Amino acid sequence: MANPNKVDVAVMRSMLSRARGLGSAKSGTAHWWAQRVTAMALIPLVVWFVATIIQLSHQPRSAVAHWMASPIHAALLLALLAAMFHHMQLGLVVVIEDYVHSNRLRVVSLLLVKAMTAVLFLASAISVVRLAVAG
Amino acid sequence: MVGRDSTGKPVARPLSPHLQVYRLPLTVILSITHRITGIGLSVGTAVLVWWLVAAATSDTSYATVSWFLRSPIGYLLLFGWSVALWYHFCNGLRHLGWDFGHGLELAQARASNRMVLIGTALFTVLTWVIGLAAQ
Repeated sequence: MANPNKVDVAVMRSMLSRARGLGSAKSGTAHWWAQRVTAMALIPLVVWFVATIIQLSHQPRSAVAHWMASPIHAALLLALLAAMFHHMQLGLVVVIEDYVHSNRLRVVSLLLVKAMTAVLFLASAISVVRLAVAG
Repeated sequence: MVGRDSTGKPVARPLSPHLQVYRLPLTVILSITHRITGIGLSVGTAVLVWWLVAAATSDTSYATVSWFLRSPIGYLLLFGWSVALWYHFCNGLRHLGWDFGHGLELAQARASNRMVLIGTALFTVLTWVIGLAAQ
């Protein structure tokens, strides 16, 4: 058993990469941590969003535009979209890494998930900005 | 299952039966359900994006998305997503608790199984009671 208090001199390289948290997963805990941070952000945002959707669900388009004209509403909705799509992308990446074993298929599906998430986020964010500004 | 013997010759290894005959504990079922609902919610974001893009486009396109969401299929999808959302929400809270080191004992995990299921049912019913009353 390796003694954790003893420096292993047989390995002629610094332990800097380990100290930085880069183990065999290459990116350390960044992915895991981002998943938790976005999850915590989504707790209040999701409750607020469901309450909002209930209010807007029976309204015409003009009422949605009017609601979005409030900078607070638009800002919170953009925050929700950013946290949600980031959280979604982080989760789907883990699912693909766990279940897709073919190297080629894995890379292709990871790129597709990233691309589709980016497009969905941009389309929804631009829509919110347009509604907030132009009505 | 194909393995290799000591001479490198391929041999058919016996595989003990597991997933087909093993009765999954509730904690395991709820764990995979977290992933399944996460994937379902990811698909559901497309409808949220459609709703926002339509609202930012024209009254006609907003009428189309409203018609779709008020059709029987639309209500079915919305109901499914509300269940998935509140499940992922409740079980996600439990995951955050586990990340902080709380509730990891077996008896506590069994108790939180029930809390997740009750919470999901409660929030879903509440959403639809308030949502339908607002119409």
